[in-house]
Amino acid sequence: MEQFFATLGIWLGAIFTFAIFSFLYKDNPFYKTAEQIFVGLSAGYWFVYTVFSILIPNLYDPLIQNFSVNWIKIIPAILGIMMLMRLIPKTEWISRFPISVVIGTTSGVFFLRYLKSDVLNQLTATMINPFVGGSWVMVVGKIMLIVGTISGVIYFYFSKKHTGALGVSAKIGIYFLMVSFGAAFGYTAMARISLLIGRLQFLLGDWLGIIQP
Amino acid sequence: MKRKIPLLITFTVGIILIISEFIPHKPFGQLSGELEIWFLIISGFAILLGQLSLFKVNIIKIRYKQRDWQFYIVTLASFVVMVALGFLWGTGRSAGLLGHGEVITNTLGYKPFDYLFNNIYQHLQATMFSLLAFFIASAAYRAFIGRTVESNLLLASAVLVMLGNTTLGSLLTGWLPESLNFLHLPKVSEFIMTFPTTAGQRAIMIGAGLGIIGSSLRIILGIERSYLGGE
Amino acid sequence: MGKTKQLDRRWLFLLIFLGVALPLIFSIGLPLETTKNVQMVYDLVDSMPKGSKALISFDYDPASMPELHPMAKAVVKHCFDKEIDLIFTAMWPMGVKMADDIIDQLIEDYPDLEYGENYVNLGFKAGGMITIQSMGKNFREVFPKDMNGNSIDELPIMDGINNFSNIGFIFSLSAGAPGIKEWVQIAHDAYNRPTSGGCTGVSAPAMLPYINEQHQLTGLLAGLKAAAEYEVLIQTPGTATSGMDAQSIAHLIIIIFIAVGNINYWRNKRKEKKGGK
Repeated sequence: MEQFFATLGIWLGAIFTFAIFSFLYKDNPFYKTAEQIFVGLSAGYWFVYTVFSILIPNLYDPLIQNFSVNWIKIIPAILGIMMLMRLIPKTEWISRFPISVVIGTTSGVFFLRYLKSDVLNQLTATMINPFVGGSWVMVVGKIMLIVGTISGVIYFYFSKKHTGALGVSAKIGIYFLMVSFGAAFGYTAMARISLLIGRLQFLLGDWLGIIQP
Repeated sequence: MKRKIPLLITFTVGIILIISEFIPHKPFGQLSGELEIWFLIISGFAILLGQLSLFKVNIIKIRYKQRDWQFYIVTLASFVVMVALGFLWGTGRSAGLLGHGEVITNTLGYKPFDYLFNNIYQHLQATMFSLLAFFIASAAYRAFIGRTVESNLLLASAVLVMLGNTTLGSLLTGWLPESLNFLHLPKVSEFIMTFPTTAGQRAIMIGAGLGIIGSSLRIILGIERSYLGGE
Repeated sequence: MGKTKQLDRRWLFLLIFLGVALPLIFSIGLPLETTKNVQMVYDLVDSMPKGSKALISFDYDPASMPELHPMAKAVVKHCFDKEIDLIFTAMWPMGVKMADDIIDQLIEDYPDLEYGENYVNLGFKAGGMITIQSMGKNFREVFPKDMNGNSIDELPIMDGINNFSNIGFIFSLSAGAPGIKEWVQIAHDAYNRPTSGGCTGVSAPAMLPYINEQHQLTGLLAGLKAAAEYEVLIQTPGTATSGMDAQSIAHLIIIIFIAVGNINYWRNKRKEKKGGK
């Protein structure tokens, strides 16, 4: 019986794969059905895992098993229920309180982390001596790294019109950004093709058995 | 009260988190630690809110027989089935309300929840995203045209990185002598990624970082209030 | 673009489909070279002493499986070979299943490894960066139980893990946010733990600035090619290596599409100019 359901599982996978691929020809009811099953299963999965992975171990169990130590968790529990009030139009405003806790926490943490990791550390990483160590290729590369970063940041400065020296710097910045976007396209192409490879490895391997899965 | 108290909460919470970085002792260190745990729990409720909201929206669509309403019955049915199976027999090695469901699990080879995930959901999601492979190829043909200096730079960088990212690059320039190794396509691709691309991405990162810092401050100080919605 | 616009894009779709399918059936075996970022990841894992602990976070879902699953398998295998104890977590809910699948695929080859002693799957937590920050202060409060419902106090692998300080390195398999970025910002920049990762090709360029002299990110596995390179380094060819031929041919087709598109554009432009004159 287990073997039957294993085979059925592979066939279900193949059928739903073709249902989605059918969109490439044109939109059709098979695609739409598969799409809605995808949405429903996804939402169901998130629901179950949120309850089993967060609400039970991090809220319910501590409150039930050791209330005297964990009573403070009643506050996030109440805030969480207030969040659900958003579902009812009349009580929607109540959800502002938990949202303000979430937004406040996020703002505080983001302020610190982005300042250190994405601004200060990046500036430090750019302030390098390009002429120390390495071949001439490395020296050229490091000079490009410094010039590209500074001119790129200048391009994003919109408080002054991009003319004169600022305009030239901004133009150089655009060139670096374009090279960067081109590379990003190259990587995106690789990523998308990889996903198709994954699908065909399933169809040709697990389903048809033409290639080694 | 409906707006002022939330603004005050945001300010207080944000300030506590920032102060705790510089004074990680009592009470700030303890308070920030507690707030982070609260955040996790409230996030859990926020996820539930999302799923319940989806349920509500679909019920409305079916009730008022909006366009393609029949398909939304499928959405609701899939949602209910997945939730029911998860709660009844659990997932993986964790038990549900009816335990592990040994009989049904032995028959299917997996728990019913996992069976649906492995054999339907996983394939649906993977295929949905694999469609992008076709569209990126089509976009490359139709839109990737070198009209200006900028677009030519973009095009050249994309082609060189694509060649370097595959085994083609090694094959095409593998014959080059050691002295010209820097022209070997995988090396060229690595150079583009390590220097000009990193420079461009770093500029974006610094710009976006400054934007996030500014937005965070505006929110904490109550200048930015759009997250509270209208009255 | 003139004539190019009239071409039914479904012909392009068919070409791409064949360009991927045929090399999968008829393998070519084109050569592959190791890049610096992949070598850095390999060296990080290789430098860990026997019995050290690493945290591997599965921050992806089935949509990114073809890219991230092979690198997850290769890195976990390398860790198991080096006798590094592994703590699996997930910042994405479906990451739990991804981790489970990798364990199921590999565990038969390592009969001596014990769940709870040599590896553990702690499961999913929401909250992204804030939850990671919380792990750095109160790890046991964020993860009071593993995903099977066992208290982490009963799991020997979790002895002494109260924050990140007893964890040798952190590795995030990331398909977006939360992912590598958040782990770098907290685990490395706030708690100074070596942090590395593997990501999808789409998000790879945005991670590059973190690979710098401060080692915010120690190496990076970017996309399928990096996964294939890692498979070659650990001498265990897998689905990434076998997919590289298809990757190369599909890329070649895309480059030909770009070339034909440009040739048509310039030809039409020249015609328009002549017509104008």
